[in-house]
Amino acid sequence: METVELVGKQFELDDDGHLKNQSDWNEEVAKEFAKLEGIEELNDRHWIVINFMRKVYQEKGDAPSIRRLTKESGVDTKELYALFPKGPAKKAAKIAGLPKPKGCI
Amino acid sequence: MAEPIEKVSIIVSRGSLEGVYPGLIMANGARMEGIEATLFFTFFGLDAIIDNRMDNLSVATVGNSAMRMPGGLKMPTFLGAIPGMSKFATVMMKKEMEKIDIPPVREFVELIHDSGGELYACKATVDMFHLNKKDFCPQVSEIISVGEFYEKSAGAKIIFT
Repeated sequence: METVELVGKQFELDDDGHLKNQSDWNEEVAKEFAKLEGIEELNDRHWIVINFMRKVYQEKGDAPSIRRLTKESGVDTKELYALFPKGPAKKAAKIAGLPKPKGCI
Repeated sequence: MAEPIEKVSIIVSRGSLEGVYPGLIMANGARMEGIEATLFFTFFGLDAIIDNRMDNLSVATVGNSAMRMPGGLKMPTFLGAIPGMSKFATVMMKKEMEKIDIPPVREFVELIHDSGGELYACKATVDMFHLNKKDFCPQVSEIISVGEFYEKSAGAKIIFT
């Protein structure tokens, strides 16, 4: 079982390196995951995306598609890619403590 | 461990709905993974980026031996030629795509462009069809030759669709 130490605690990870137990997630953990992904500080815009992803996941059991994300979160495509360079959907899901998104879009 | 893919160059050569989408889905999917993506539209694939055609692409029902009718029964190929069949198949496919959040062509092109993907039109086809830059949607950066396509594809995996 892969684990990662963040904020002085051990966290279990799934095969994709995402948090295994969602109950382990909190804002501090999110900040630490962001640092691992190369995002030093999470600003208000990052949090809009993270919270939107968590909300959709709780409703639907999967992270939103990039289309839904950019249409409904209030953050457009260009900004989304600027906030989470190199793979926004996956990175945002990881920071939000969710499994890797399953969809293709 | 194998080297991860960092850049893809996708050629879209067909102009039917089912001919255009694979390239768009792969380009968008690449950007989602942080992979650089370049799209090169050639021959009838140009219809996907021609401003007054891109909203009206349709499914090619003639000569498609894999066509199924609603319910999954195999469709005899001659039925594909019946007037209205392509229209019907197109409406069905668009409806199903909307359900799984695949955007219409124009929106998809915008999405790919805004995510940093680059779109180019093939010069040979543009000349052959007597088109010019203003016929294309604004997301198209340039009309380029095959040589320029290879230059822009340096270090990329080239995918032909």
